[in-house]
Amino acid sequence: MDFFIGHYNYWIVIILMMVGLYTVISRGNLIKKIIGLNIFQVSVFFLYISLGAVEGGAAPIIAEGVKVYSNPLPHVLILTAIVVGVATTALALALVVRIKESYGTIEEDEIHNLDHSL
Amino acid sequence: MIDVLIDITLLAFLAITSIAILRMTNLFATVMLYGIFSLLSAGLFVVMDAPDVAFTEAAVGAGISTVLMLATLALVKRPQRPFYEEAPRTHRAWLPLVVVVVTGSALIYGTWDIPGFGAADAPAQTHVARYYIDNAMPETGVPNVVTAVLASYRGFDTLGEVTVIFTAAVAVLLLIGGRRSVKADKSKTQEKQDEA
Repeated sequence: MDFFIGHYNYWIVIILMMVGLYTVISRGNLIKKIIGLNIFQVSVFFLYISLGAVEGGAAPIIAEGVKVYSNPLPHVLILTAIVVGVATTALALALVVRIKESYGTIEEDEIHNLDHSL
Repeated sequence: MIDVLIDITLLAFLAITSIAILRMTNLFATVMLYGIFSLLSAGLFVVMDAPDVAFTEAAVGAGISTVLMLATLALVKRPQRPFYEEAPRTHRAWLPLVVVVVTGSALIYGTWDIPGFGAADAPAQTHVARYYIDNAMPETGVPNVVTAVLASYRGFDTLGEVTVIFTAAVAVLLLIGGRRSVKADKSKTQEKQDEA
């Protein structure tokens, strides 16, 4: 039971990661792909924050009478990663808008067909 | 104990939401579900004692990302009903499923060696993290260790992050900033053709 509780976080993180990956490779709609990529990304955030958590620990803000803090380093890394993540999402969405303008569709199959019919 | 229960429940909700996102074909509903997904993750970050990350995720993930996706949906919607429907898939995707299951099994096998959730004697907790918790307050005067590391110890890292965001902003502007003029040119050529 301890083993289950101790590793439950990691298992769900891996399930989320795989759902994200499956969305990216199996769905043809470009917006759906970007959302899949985001799910994958957030699951990596969970992995890092889970590794930094300490049992009975408080948030890493120094206060009187608190002895145990969770690990601040994963938090810092993930703060940076979230902000960079939204920047890449914005870029990907801009590319989708351009693709829609040039091809008139955001479905991968239709874009593929258009490319081959030229 | 209550922490563990909330943690388990939120993670289960996240898994369900992600599968719903995968199954849903209405893009508008998908984007809304992604907003819910981000909000649930922000809650989970609070439970795992990472309030700074939770704030950022709630503001950036649930806020800005969702708004950006909605704006994109408005630009790429179909001309007639249904506006936001995903095209039906033309082939069954067996190969991706196999790849994903194999990768997932390998990763789950890898978790056997990870120290359990919240273990205080894990290698990640015993080396450099200790230094920051002990010295951040006397050295920088900032009680929030995350802020101290982000803005002081790893200030250059944050500068690099700002560079990345700047680059992304420039790229987005280059891609869709000049859109109206392109359209205007197109309509002009169209007029010329009409005249001819």
